[in-house]
Amino acid sequence: MTVDASRGAEAPPELVQLLTPEGERVQHPDYDIDLTPEEVRSLYRDLVLVRRVDLEAVALQRQGELGIWASLLGQEAAQIGSGRALTDADMAFPTYREHGVAWCRDVDPLKLLGLFRGVNHGGWDPKEHNFHLYTIVIGSQTLHAVGYAMGIQRDDATAATIAYFGDGATSQGDVNESFIWASVFNAPIVFFCQNNQWAISEPLEKQTRIPLYRRASGFGFPGVRVDGNDVFACLAVTRAALKNAREGQGPTMIEAFTYRMGAHTSADDPTRYRVASELEAWKLKDPIERVKSYMFKNELADQAFIDEIEAEAEQLGADLRARCLAMPDPEPLAMFEHVYSEPHALIDEERAQYAAYLEGFER
Amino acid sequence: MTVLSLSKALNEGMRKAMEDDPKVLIMGEDVGKLGGVFRVTDGLQKDFGEDRVIDTPLAESGIIGTAIGLALRGYRPVCEIQFDGFVFPAADQIITQLAKMPMRSLGAIKLPVVVRIPCGGGIGAVEHHSESPEAYFTHTAGLRVVACANPADAYSMIQQAIQSDDPVIFFEPKRRYWEKGEVDTTSTDWWTPLDRARVVRPGTDATLLCYGPMVKTCLEAAKAAEEDGRDLEVVDLRSLNPLDTPVVLDSARRTGRVVVVHEAPVNNGFGAELAARITEQCFYHLESPVLRVGGFSTPYPPSKLEEHYLPDLDRVLDAVDRAFGY
Ligand SMILES: Cc1ncc(C[n+]2csc(CCOP(=O)(O)OP(=O)(O)O)c2C)c(N)n1
Ligand SMILES: [Mg+2]
Repeated sequence: MTVDASRGAEAPPELVQLLTPEGERVQHPDYDIDLTPEEVRSLYRDLVLVRRVDLEAVALQRQGELGIWASLLGQEAAQIGSGRALTDADMAFPTYREHGVAWCRDVDPLKLLGLFRGVNHGGWDPKEHNFHLYTIVIGSQTLHAVGYAMGIQRDDATAATIAYFGDGATSQGDVNESFIWASVFNAPIVFFCQNNQWAISEPLEKQTRIPLYRRASGFGFPGVRVDGNDVFACLAVTRAALKNAREGQGPTMIEAFTYRMGAHTSADDPTRYRVASELEAWKLKDPIERVKSYMFKNELADQAFIDEIEAEAEQLGADLRARCLAMPDPEPLAMFEHVYSEPHALIDEERAQYAAYLEGFER
Repeated sequence: MTVLSLSKALNEGMRKAMEDDPKVLIMGEDVGKLGGVFRVTDGLQKDFGEDRVIDTPLAESGIIGTAIGLALRGYRPVCEIQFDGFVFPAADQIITQLAKMPMRSLGAIKLPVVVRIPCGGGIGAVEHHSESPEAYFTHTAGLRVVACANPADAYSMIQQAIQSDDPVIFFEPKRRYWEKGEVDTTSTDWWTPLDRARVVRPGTDATLLCYGPMVKTCLEAAKAAEEDGRDLEVVDLRSLNPLDTPVVLDSARRTGRVVVVHEAPVNNGFGAELAARITEQCFYHLESPVLRVGGFSTPYPPSKLEEHYLPDLDRVLDAVDRAFGY
């Protein structure tokens, strides 16, 4: 039983692209974007800074300061493009890899590190950022996102939700149920699938025999495949989908065709299951380099600007590192907090017992 | 005798089962080329092919549901759930279908499906990677539930689980995967039946009842207690459903003091069943109530706090002290 390894993984002609890997602006009949030089530079800055956050986290993990880290390397454009398409009123539901979207939602990267350092299970207030907690159980959040969207609908609010998930997640029952719910209720939601070609060691063809974006039509809403390494296209496509959602036209599925350039997480060893040449091929499609080439070609930025962002990134990394190392360990009794919103006899009893037990050591 | 890690012992056990019976299949996420995230199935796909060692789509309900179908067709699927916290998407298939179908068919259907679950904490993981969900399954009639604690048992028990015509939930103590021990792979004479407990350390003063990852902790506690002049018996339950009641009750009667230790929350945990049974059947032999040491009634905490949540030597000995305080 052999499976054609290229099936489903090739980028078809429908791929929406506005910026080629070489940094050429190209036109697409359905999508376009008009960005000021300032906006282009700002996107570049986002891309560089989130990559820097990621690199710092990878390093901190290697040094034993984080238990584990899920790198976003290679997926910056998908995350910044979609993240910057959101309005403040929109709500995002991430997986565990959406550090770039978190950045767009003004979540302090330190808070992301807290989870991976084992200090908390997600230290930010989702309501404050309209950015939900990371969800580790694959696919669960897509249903939450649809439910939230149904709430928006019933509130008559002008907002949409966006649900992030991976290629592997598309196999989960929850994700398929979320498609059905969204379709049946015409919920204001964008399903943003980052197809990074891998679910840990499993390549795309273990999950699908057709391009993922085409799944949407079977559920009754449009699907579109976008070059996930093209921040312009990701921004344009997500913006349009969110607008449609806000205007009552229901869900859209976006498949951002990209690549997980690093290991699945720091605990993973991709040399066991994929060939190095694949990574080399994708390096040529780097999401940051193409924006830089575009800016240079069109004189939107000079080397001084690049250096300035580089310096800012260095500063951000150093600052993040220092704050990570200074992060206090949680107090033991903190684990008894927030389990319930109202007083709870059993928790109170166990907290008291454990406090007494700990005191026994101090005496 | 060969020295194997617990992970390798499971691997060798599955390899043997696959060699012995062509109907044995391995299925799960990343079990093929990668050999599983803990490498428990390392090399099996290379040697037995993709039809027998199946990298499944990422869907636990799908894994168990299709395993049931394969079993109906005469196969013996061994399913890997990547981490304890991810068995819940499959809970419906396990609880409503896998557990009940044989009985509904008046015995016409057998479902020899093994569900392997790396369980427990202690590896510094993020949430959903350190759960101890055994009580959900011991509460479900129709499932055998076992937990291995050392390489030799891992090697024999996985083969016995595969040979069993019943569905078996097979817990593997993930933090002990790398611990080594001697395994005799040349004979089966030493195998203990799958549904039997084992006294892993005889003692006279009190009994520690444990399974899976806590067996090692309890053995260490017993060693430490020796220095205080207390002779603790340690019973590795191995099988939670069925429970080897005679071994448990005999130990309780002999020592008169019992402490149950598990990582799962004490409240409504498996220890409650043990305490109730022992109290019902050995009441007049007991010198103290059956005490329980385990996790708290909180979600599994972030890893910086797991040392507080997980029972350790001190908490076990503290309970032993309390048992002697009555
Ligand atoms: C329900 C569930 N099963 C298994 C896992 C273990 N797991 C974590 S990430 C992952 C692969 C996810 O792949 P994909 O959806 O493509 O997202 P990516 O990691 O590539 O971003 C798996 C199997 C999990 N977190 N949740
Ligand atoms: Mg993926």
